[in-house]
Amino acid sequence: MTTLPGGVPAAVLPASQDSPLLDVTNLAVSFSLGSALIARMRNQAHVLHAVDGVDLSIARGEALALVGESGSGKSTLARALSGLQRPDRGEIRLDGKTLPARRSRADQRKIQMVFQDPYSSLNPRLTVGGILHELLRVHHIVPAAEIDSYTRELLRLVGLDEEAVHAYPRQFSGGQRQRVAIARALALRPELLVADEPVSALDVSVQATILNLLQDLRGELGLTLLLISHNLAVVRHLCDRVAVMYLGRIIEIAPTETLFASPRHPYTRGLLAAIPRLTFEPESDVPAVQGDPPSPLRIPAGCRFRTRCPIAQPICEEQDPALTESGSDPAHRAACHFAFADTAPPRATVTAIGATGPTGAGEEAKS
Amino acid sequence: MSQPLLQVSDLHVQIAGRRGIVRAVDGVSLEVPAGEALGLVGESGSGKSMTLRAILGLLPPEARITSGQVLLDGADLTQLGNSQLNKIRGPKIAMIFQEPMSALNPVMRVGSQIAEGPQIHLGLNRRQAAERALELMRRVGIPDPERRFRSFPHEFSGGMRQRVMIAMALSCEPSLILCDEPTTALDVTIQDQILRLLARLCRESGTSLVFVTHDLPVVAQVCHQLAVMYGGQIVERGGVEQVLTEPCHPYTLGLVRSAPDVDHPRSSLVPIPGSPPSLVSPPAGCRFHPRCKFAEEDCTVSQPPLRLIDAGRATACLHFERCLDELRTEGADR
Repeated sequence: MTTLPGGVPAAVLPASQDSPLLDVTNLAVSFSLGSALIARMRNQAHVLHAVDGVDLSIARGEALALVGESGSGKSTLARALSGLQRPDRGEIRLDGKTLPARRSRADQRKIQMVFQDPYSSLNPRLTVGGILHELLRVHHIVPAAEIDSYTRELLRLVGLDEEAVHAYPRQFSGGQRQRVAIARALALRPELLVADEPVSALDVSVQATILNLLQDLRGELGLTLLLISHNLAVVRHLCDRVAVMYLGRIIEIAPTETLFASPRHPYTRGLLAAIPRLTFEPESDVPAVQGDPPSPLRIPAGCRFRTRCPIAQPICEEQDPALTESGSDPAHRAACHFAFADTAPPRATVTAIGATGPTGAGEEAKS
Repeated sequence: MSQPLLQVSDLHVQIAGRRGIVRAVDGVSLEVPAGEALGLVGESGSGKSMTLRAILGLLPPEARITSGQVLLDGADLTQLGNSQLNKIRGPKIAMIFQEPMSALNPVMRVGSQIAEGPQIHLGLNRRQAAERALELMRRVGIPDPERRFRSFPHEFSGGMRQRVMIAMALSCEPSLILCDEPTTALDVTIQDQILRLLARLCRESGTSLVFVTHDLPVVAQVCHQLAVMYGGQIVERGGVEQVLTEPCHPYTLGLVRSAPDVDHPRSSLVPIPGSPPSLVSPPAGCRFHPRCKFAEEDCTVSQPPLRLIDAGRATACLHFERCLDELRTEGADR
């Protein structure tokens, strides 16, 4: 069993190592915007399907990344997992046990979250010690007499000085605040740590310290991590497996190296090609992915990526491709009709599909 | 060499703060030749945005230029009043901001906002200006411009709003465009679209760019020249490729090392220790020395000037050879 330094036990490992720690089936979260009646009168959609049927499992000790554009539903999925957002349907099982929509305190503790903005996610009126003490008292993690020593151990664990106990969040820099946020999440000895863009509010040189901390904690505590990020370099650095989301669905999932070496979904290929690199060859003017993502209020019928897809075919308009396994590698799954086909359909045969289809976007590039 | 389009020399900007005078920009000199793109990189608080704003006289009220020159085509912009600057803003120098939503007028139709500049500066009448706006919207890739002309900014996505900003910047055919982190708020796929668009438009029209960002790979996409800022000063300057592949300043080296590289994942990242310097009472000598592993005693004595080490290459590090040595030994290890 792994322990926190100083003999504080981490989450107890169960006997069954094979079953995934977290198992999500058919999870959906939607928001209704405005009045249903007015929307019907104006013939507008008013239900936003932020997460639209997601299946996902995370093994114990694994680091899984969730990537995608804004509006792809990655943060909503994270909030649903942490119990901050009530799902419409679907099941979240942790360690084989279904987590109900209203969670008990013991269940709440098992999935903890680190938020993007360390400036707004810490209570400005409490000292760091106050923040952690409150949490520990409510959840009865350690006996009351040990709260103080446990707090100090936590701060040491995340690389802060013990004296930080007496300081207020405003006295810290962004990177230090994010350390406090990580200490707060770890204080409850969660089974799963969900980090939603933990470094994107930080400067580059500070990002590295937080990324290194997360990596060290994984090694020391055997932490299971769900990392949400739009930065694929961060993802590749930290995670074992990557799930790519697009308009509320996972459209490709694979071990990190497989995904970066041979992405199968055209969206993943575009996403990887769009990363700015330190290369200096004169590049073409054609962007990696054309157009804007459609609004999650009006998800296209059939394949949801077809309006921006360079290889869209008539079948893509008719059939919504399921997330299917690669023949050679069951760990690699993609939701595209042509993901694992021997021959990809040539770009030249692209037919006009929809008003904002690839042909329209092509003109945009030429003009 | 002919006269550069923009020449900033020994610019100082100070902000009166509660704890004393903040030297936000402390002796910055840079040149942008016609048709070139200069990247200005640094972390928050390094003075890069302040430098950019000082060029156009857009400093916040508590900040002021205390000394230095900003020469555009030989004329010193720091000596001009607001009404004279207004004749420069738009037809000579345009600016693209990070947050298009707060830079655009929320209650004015997008087309009218693009047409406003040409009406004022180029003397076009309303119909001519509207036609020009439509043409610009087409050039920046806004689909269905006739319909979108009458839309309001809130009806646009982030990427489309940034295209509107670019159209506005281009509307009076300026010779220089200043960009303040134009893609930081955008998704990676949209960022890719905007960067390519900007690079192509500037190439086609021969417009010069000054591009402020904290993201090194973004600079590599758009710029030819690169200046790295630290603590209100430029610490290294040179061609983009040279500076990023063979950094001659430990701070640049630190920046390159601390960011994960998507194509060459390393086992661990090397952060820059310590934190950025106070701009009220900066450390004596080289401002980077408290965080620098190559620092020697001479670094703490006097401020090392930016000196030329090669054609077009300058560094403010006294021991820049050590950066190169370290890169070389590392290359040998690999």
